[in-house]
Amino acid sequence: MKDVAVIGVGMTQFGELWGKSIKDIFVEAALKAIENANVDHIDSMYVGSMSSGLFVGQEHLGAVMADYLGVSPIPATRVESACASGGIAFRQAYLEVASGASEIVLAGGVEKMTDGADVTEALATAADQEYEVYQGVTFPGLYAMIANAHMYQYKTTREQIAAVAVKNHKNGVNNPNAQFRGEISIDKVLNSTLVADPLRLLDCSPVSDGGAAVILCSMDIAKKFTKNPVRIKASAQASDTIALHSRKSFTTLNSVTAAAQKAYKIAGISPKDVNFAEVHDCFTIAEIVVSEDLGFFEKGCGGSAAEEGLTSLESGKIPINTSGGLKSKGHPVGATGVAQVIECYEQLTGQAGKRQVKNAKIGLTQNMGGSGASCVINILEAL
Amino acid sequence: MISPKYFREIPQRYRLEAGKCKKCGQVYFPPRLICPECKSKQFETIKLNPEGKLLTYTIIRIASDKFSIQAPYAVGIVELNDGVKLTTQIANVDFDRIKIGMKLKLVFRKIQDEGAAGLHCYGYKAIVI
Repeated sequence: MKDVAVIGVGMTQFGELWGKSIKDIFVEAALKAIENANVDHIDSMYVGSMSSGLFVGQEHLGAVMADYLGVSPIPATRVESACASGGIAFRQAYLEVASGASEIVLAGGVEKMTDGADVTEALATAADQEYEVYQGVTFPGLYAMIANAHMYQYKTTREQIAAVAVKNHKNGVNNPNAQFRGEISIDKVLNSTLVADPLRLLDCSPVSDGGAAVILCSMDIAKKFTKNPVRIKASAQASDTIALHSRKSFTTLNSVTAAAQKAYKIAGISPKDVNFAEVHDCFTIAEIVVSEDLGFFEKGCGGSAAEEGLTSLESGKIPINTSGGLKSKGHPVGATGVAQVIECYEQLTGQAGKRQVKNAKIGLTQNMGGSGASCVINILEAL
Repeated sequence: MISPKYFREIPQRYRLEAGKCKKCGQVYFPPRLICPECKSKQFETIKLNPEGKLLTYTIIRIASDKFSIQAPYAVGIVELNDGVKLTTQIANVDFDRIKIGMKLKLVFRKIQDEGAAGLHCYGYKAIVI
């Protein structure tokens, strides 16, 4: 396999982009990435999207976006793995370049969630339709059951879980593309509307529109386009049972542990070598569970770690979600995994401004679908 | 006419029929065509014991449009005495009384109305024993 680099990135503002269609959003992000990477063409492209069919009634996104980006007849493939669609689109682009099949590939993701669809129902299609959703369970509901199990098993407190939202909002203030750029307090989280007990509105990532894209090429030619290529050190993916109830444990996500073990092995590193991570905080409890399953903290200690500030930008231990995470930056589902890579790229090339992690050499992205039935982990390295 | 996507699930939703692997004994609900544990394709149909205990739960306050008329409602993961785990609503209960570990029993209830015609769809919900 060839060594692969990320050589340019581009994303739209995340938020309620009522004036822009799904095509506008994707093409804006893709054009920014192409310009940023200084390439005059792309050989192939991937579009991550969870449910453009339900959100805006448009499928066949590969061809749609290649057409509007003006790059037909190149191969253009839509990738779907629920909320991990973007991260897996990136992985597919990585594999295509690593295999030698293509030289320059665009990996993008997009979601347009504010066009009037029943968002709760559309998101729930990432769960088992006949044996979870049929009973009336929602996505906040599934993560709420994970939260209750974690609180029961490890004495994790409501305040510890809320600390994740407070920290991510604080980081998001310094991200110009974030949907919500305002700090919140623990009290504000704990007094927000209940969505699915014990999770409240400010435990949940928002409904968002947005697009993100990155350009990958083989390391051999990367220096032709940029002085600052970022190396993809590992990309690993795993799956688990579609229904939360089928698992032996509700407090460990096996797809995350499996993908992490594989990614660390490929990269030849251990969790302590990671300088910062972008993780899938679709709900606050998810960041706590994932921070344990990635090996940053002992099982059951993710809550206290969040409360003690070990995941904050200032802590130096392991800054998590310096971008603001899904919680503050926004979660246009298909774009999320690609936007995580963009935060890594900006950190590793020293372009993160006030969010900059000092001496950032190795960054990790963790993007998952559903209640963790799919997970993709990418490890990136500054040269 | 009854909808195919509804009637094909009736053995599970009305009668709690599960598949028991003839090779390793693992029970699957709903039944599967291959056993993820031992890869056997031989199963026998068994009827689940409707009693079990609550492993985790939540109260859904914000539901999808289809379920919004029922909100708030309790949902939990129940482990039946056969070892099978499933997601179900917990009916006829004060939310404050719900505790992890409590004993529950599955009963036959209306679950939702499907489609524009409002087809009544039935299945199991848990009640406190």
